[in-house]
Amino acid sequence: MSEQTQVKELEKVVVRFSGDSGDGMQLAGNLFSNISAAIGNEISTFPDYPAEIRAPQGTLGGVSGFQVHIGKGVYTPGDKADVLVAMNPAALKTNIKYVKPTGIVIFDTDSFQKSDLEKAAFTTDDPFKELGIAQQLVPVAISSLVKDSLADSGLDNKAVLRCKNMFALGLICWLFDRPLDQAEHLLHNKFAKKPSVLEANIKVMTDGYNYGNNIHASVSTYRIETANVKKGTYTDITGNKATAMGLIAASEKSGRPLFLGSYPITPASDILHELAKRKDLGVKVVQAEDEIAGVCTAIGASFAGNLAATSTSGPGLALKSEAIGLAIMAELPLVVIDVQRGGPSTGLPTKSEQTDLLQALYGRNGESPAVVLAASTPTNCFDMAFEAARIALEHMTPVILLTDAFIANGSSAWRIPEMSEYPEIKPNYVKPEMLTEGWKPYKRDAETNVRYWAIPGTEGFMHRLGGLEKDNVTSAISTDPANHQRMTNLRQAKIDYIANCIPALDVQGDPDADLLVVGWGGTYGHLYSAVCELNAEGKKVALAHFNYINPLPANTAEVLKRYKKVVVCEQNNGQFATQLCSKIPGLVVSRYNRVEGQPFMVSDLKEHFIKLMEE
Amino acid sequence: MDNKVYTAKDYKSDQYVRWCPGCGDHAVVTTLQKAMAELGIPPHQVAVISGIGCSSRLPYYMNTYGFHTIHGRAAAIATGAKTANPDLTVWQVSGDGDCLAIGGNHFIHALRRNVNLNILLLNNKIYGLTKGQYSPTSDRGAVTKSSPYGTVEDPFVPAELTFGARGHFFARSIDVDLEVAKECMVAAGRHKGAAVVEILQNCVIFNDKIHSYVADREFRADRTIHLRHGEKMIFGKEGNKGLVLDGFNLRAVTIGENGVTIDDILTHDATTPDNFLHQRLAMMDGHELPLAVGVIRAVEAPTYDREVEAQVESIRAKNPQKTLRDVLLAGETWEVK
Repeated sequence: MSEQTQVKELEKVVVRFSGDSGDGMQLAGNLFSNISAAIGNEISTFPDYPAEIRAPQGTLGGVSGFQVHIGKGVYTPGDKADVLVAMNPAALKTNIKYVKPTGIVIFDTDSFQKSDLEKAAFTTDDPFKELGIAQQLVPVAISSLVKDSLADSGLDNKAVLRCKNMFALGLICWLFDRPLDQAEHLLHNKFAKKPSVLEANIKVMTDGYNYGNNIHASVSTYRIETANVKKGTYTDITGNKATAMGLIAASEKSGRPLFLGSYPITPASDILHELAKRKDLGVKVVQAEDEIAGVCTAIGASFAGNLAATSTSGPGLALKSEAIGLAIMAELPLVVIDVQRGGPSTGLPTKSEQTDLLQALYGRNGESPAVVLAASTPTNCFDMAFEAARIALEHMTPVILLTDAFIANGSSAWRIPEMSEYPEIKPNYVKPEMLTEGWKPYKRDAETNVRYWAIPGTEGFMHRLGGLEKDNVTSAISTDPANHQRMTNLRQAKIDYIANCIPALDVQGDPDADLLVVGWGGTYGHLYSAVCELNAEGKKVALAHFNYINPLPANTAEVLKRYKKVVVCEQNNGQFATQLCSKIPGLVVSRYNRVEGQPFMVSDLKEHFIKLMEE
Repeated sequence: MDNKVYTAKDYKSDQYVRWCPGCGDHAVVTTLQKAMAELGIPPHQVAVISGIGCSSRLPYYMNTYGFHTIHGRAAAIATGAKTANPDLTVWQVSGDGDCLAIGGNHFIHALRRNVNLNILLLNNKIYGLTKGQYSPTSDRGAVTKSSPYGTVEDPFVPAELTFGARGHFFARSIDVDLEVAKECMVAAGRHKGAAVVEILQNCVIFNDKIHSYVADREFRADRTIHLRHGEKMIFGKEGNKGLVLDGFNLRAVTIGENGVTIDDILTHDATTPDNFLHQRLAMMDGHELPLAVGVIRAVEAPTYDREVEAQVESIRAKNPQKTLRDVLLAGETWEVK
């Protein structure tokens, strides 16, 4: 091929790696995003993996994908891909819908034989025609090229073919002008203990790169704009890992040892894994016998004076409801993390939704107010986990932190903070002199309504807590009607007061907007991208995104009533809109709701907002 | 620890006790206060954690740290408290419904993990606080409010369940026999690991005299045997009956009859790891063979709470100064200048 390769300048680009769940697509995608981040791109990634661990090879159920968005102004993993790598026909079939019409498809011709097509349920021998593919096709005999590349390596056939992902990575690195040295460095860390595998991976990756260079595959190569990011040391972090690290930061800042009680559940288990690794930081983890024991061991640890947390997803939150009520009644600090997934029941365990909001707010017996927070991006999970722990410890209350499968598994580049950037956490402990002042277990701070924390082991402060209603001062069991009303009010007032201890609601975008977009939690990237793009097109739109759901920021009503039109966008049937309307009398909103288990599409959002503005 | 000598009064709270007059729980709480005084752990270093039910009111009457939690979950909450602070002495108080029905899962896992908890299982074979339904220890055929024609299910035997869950300590006593109850509680308190003390307890309102076959003073000596580690298994009013092993079965014999001498009688070994004989002894029910009271099994094994602590400490010892930032910087990173 003699034609000169064209070099295109792009602000950002989306690449989607897809293959069998054993093809190493997650690794290839991860390496590509890390390489890009290291040369100054902003990154956002999203793994799309099946619930089955190993579905039969080559079948539609076993396809694993990894989408990465790189460039400048990157807030989501991207709606659709500019480049799709499809390692087999099943991957092509399940992923072609995520490719732009102008995109290109690189596929492994060796894996497109008759039997491969049958496994992927194609009925003809032309899969491209059958799918109606209009995108540019780049056929590469990846499997045979890898076999040639490693002919002298001494590795067996299976080990050789396991390097296919590195060929694809090398090719993509050529396409986007990424230097391989950073990739080599990362591979050195990963395969430090397996030198022969390391060598093979690097060789195949380099050969993939050179292949692209030599044949000048008849596609354009791209130069991606780098972003002007803050100086510092960066790492690529998923939301679940950031959540775990945020809890550890809060432990350091409060001096309370961290305890996690948890039962494995998709998509939250990585929080359990990350914290189980951190014995070097003194973290204690109990893998409990069930979800209820997960929260109950945490409540026991909290009673004993730890910063205690439990991590779960929607079905697990349902099981923990009664115990969360106990922590509300006993006024103990507790962090409950719900990584939301598709529901109801077992639902869509690996997919993302925002359908647990009302469960978090109201899913308990009795009048049982708890703090509810939501994280908006993978890296924001760190800050919100820290906030959840801060509020729990300083206000003696359970805090439910909502994240979701999308931000929990997705990742982005994160500047590793100095701990001095975070505030000290100061629980409301009992003081020795209180003993002579007539201390009672339910005496509380007059302003915040927070009771004083006496940790078992402290001399003189022995007391009894429990789930039965207590006298509002002595904590003795009380069935007095007036006391119950007083305690009900107190528990509510304690939570309401927290509105004074959280940031005000911020509005981004056009200050004179005609339309205010409202969102919460993990949809931030998509909503912000849509608003930015519309602003760039001269449309008067702004965004108010919530991290604090209960209590709401103090200025919420004032902000929302400032705009002519308000649209609340959520991945549920309107739970936050319902909550806002019940809290703000007279508020009128329209709703944008999608419950497909998939992230929003920026293009759909823009279209909807434009229509709303034209109405 | 200080050298202060504690009395039962030091463990008694100022709360008015609200159990029914004649309830076996009254004896349990006073015995527990005496046992704690004997153990000598300062009240502020003790936490008493309960679930729901009549017996679970007990923490309110103790001048220690206490937590009256939710139905069935005491073992899980106690596990969390003990793991968070292994220096805390943790007692769990549960009834047969709380511990073996709604809380059965937490009970078996606390035993399997061998968390160093002292678990008092107050067994009256009935639900009292919900006013008289059958429990998982009610005998087959028990007629109760929720089984007007008698139950058609077999009960758990708490000792058998304990051994099935690989429990290392089991003791049994009767609410009317305060000395044995205290002996069991003190032994449980000293044992390192999950220690179950079953207390056969009478509910005067809904299941009166359920244990009288073995508990009545008139029959107790002949229908129970008080096991003591290292001592011969002797029982009976005259002190002349004993237990021998006949194949895989236990048999009661009379010393002096049929050539049986004291040397033929089994000597109780509570500390042998093999639970075969402990199981045999614990399954005796007072009918053909006497019901065993006292410490039946007490085997030392690593405790979960200390193992967790030791693992954390040994890993932490390699770099005691390590912080979160060190961990983050040690991962895959890049510099932006």
